[in-house]
Amino acid sequence: MQDAITIGVTEPEVRSQSSERLRLIARNIFPFAVVGTIWEIIAWAGVFPHRLFPTLEEVAASFVRLTVTGILPHHTIETLIRLLSGFALASILGVTIGVLMGRSRRAEDIFLPLVSIGAPIPGLAYAPLFLLWFGLGNISAVLLVGFVAAFPIIFNSWTGVKAVKEIWIRSAQSMGADDRRLFRYVILPGALPYILTGLRLGLAQAWRILVAVEMLAAVPWGLGWLIFGARKFLNTDVMMAGIVVIAIIGLTLEKFVFQKIENYTVVRWGMITS
Amino acid sequence: MTERRQRQNSLLRGSLALLAAAAIYEAMARSGYFAPALLPTLPTVARALVSSIADGTMIEHAAFTLYRVMFGFALSVVVGLPLGILMARFQRVEHFFLPLVSALMPIPSFALVPLFMLWFGIGNLTTILIVFYAATFPMMFNTWSGVRSVNPLWLRAAGAMGADEHKLFWKVIIPGASPFIITGMRQAFLRAWIAVVGAEMIAASDWGLGWVIFDAKEFLNTDIMLASLVVIGGIGFVFERFVFGSLERATVMRWGMVRAAKG
Repeated sequence: MQDAITIGVTEPEVRSQSSERLRLIARNIFPFAVVGTIWEIIAWAGVFPHRLFPTLEEVAASFVRLTVTGILPHHTIETLIRLLSGFALASILGVTIGVLMGRSRRAEDIFLPLVSIGAPIPGLAYAPLFLLWFGLGNISAVLLVGFVAAFPIIFNSWTGVKAVKEIWIRSAQSMGADDRRLFRYVILPGALPYILTGLRLGLAQAWRILVAVEMLAAVPWGLGWLIFGARKFLNTDVMMAGIVVIAIIGLTLEKFVFQKIENYTVVRWGMITS
Repeated sequence: MTERRQRQNSLLRGSLALLAAAAIYEAMARSGYFAPALLPTLPTVARALVSSIADGTMIEHAAFTLYRVMFGFALSVVVGLPLGILMARFQRVEHFFLPLVSALMPIPSFALVPLFMLWFGIGNLTTILIVFYAATFPMMFNTWSGVRSVNPLWLRAAGAMGADEHKLFWKVIIPGASPFIITGMRQAFLRAWIAVVGAEMIAASDWGLGWVIFDAKEFLNTDIMLASLVVIGGIGFVFERFVFGSLERATVMRWGMVRAAKG
């Protein structure tokens, strides 16, 4: 009897919930369907040369073909390795310099002019210089990505350390914390939300710059290179497939890395609101 | 007194650091360890900068780049601003555009350069469109969140005082959202500035600061490269500091809203 009642209560609720979810999915798919249909119509009508404006089936077909033969995964993995190594370089460099700048007035005076001169120059403008100095290939690409992504990390770590409340430091000191413990238990947790924001911005920056760097640095594998190389042979479908992978990686970074980091910090410390 | 002394100290140490960096660079360049073609001395760079400005080539390159970036940026404001407002005001518009925007936004603008080169050829059109693509999203997103975050109390208060839709929009919503809109413009310009340099490098035409850097690489003209790097950094700095700084002072600071802009 009780079971029947509970079922009677929950059933419509479940149904309305699932139909709600269906509606949400439909609502999200609808715009893509519209754009896809317009694309197909243009492609079939032959307004543009077929080679330059392939139909979606062709893009999907070459996507599948490249994935099955392992070419696309290889490009993707190389790109991801480059992204991660460049980003690792940037995080080590950026957090170290930033925290130093926040802690010591001397370091701040020394680094701040250098950093503020380097920061407003778009990262890609350094690319030819790096290519000349370090040659074509991986070293230049990783160094450039690391260099460019370091700036937001430096700025945010610096701000974060400076934003630690003076009163926390003083109370920790009066309770007898030495420098190491002060840093480990007060300054680092206090500055962490900012540092994480900096890392997030740095990773986004690294990702944006990497695709272009791969085009310029003539690396043998990599999604940027795939797209750039496909242009020479008018393989527009391959280019589109590469762009799709780039979009997926970008979306994954955004949804599963950045937002996770942000939620984690917001929930855990309740310190940043944006 | 001590405050001033400290500031003087900072200034002194800052300029010393810059001098030291320049001296290290100069020593490296003169040591002969590295090829002079790759590491030109600072006077050489300065001479290249002055002479290229004097004969007008650098100015022409900068003019082309500025034309592209301004055109693309203006286009992104014209499209992104109304779209952002519409998205915030009408749920239907939001439901349609939000999924598209979230799918397109993570694609770095440079990934589209080769495709646009095929479609639109090499030159101004491709560069402007890339700039437009890069700048529209921050513009749109900031406008959208700005309009949505207008305090509902203000809307109700204005409504209660008899403001019609038209007045509500121009006197309450737009000023209320303006800190976000200006932040959006700032971000959009920053993106546009990065995009224009990259697009000029890849979709090489024959003028533009990005192109000149990339072209100089072929001839090992490192002095020209560094000189244009200085110009690029200078222009970016001027825009960030003076143009947007004064825009902010003239609008949101005057309206006493700068706190919201930082939020």
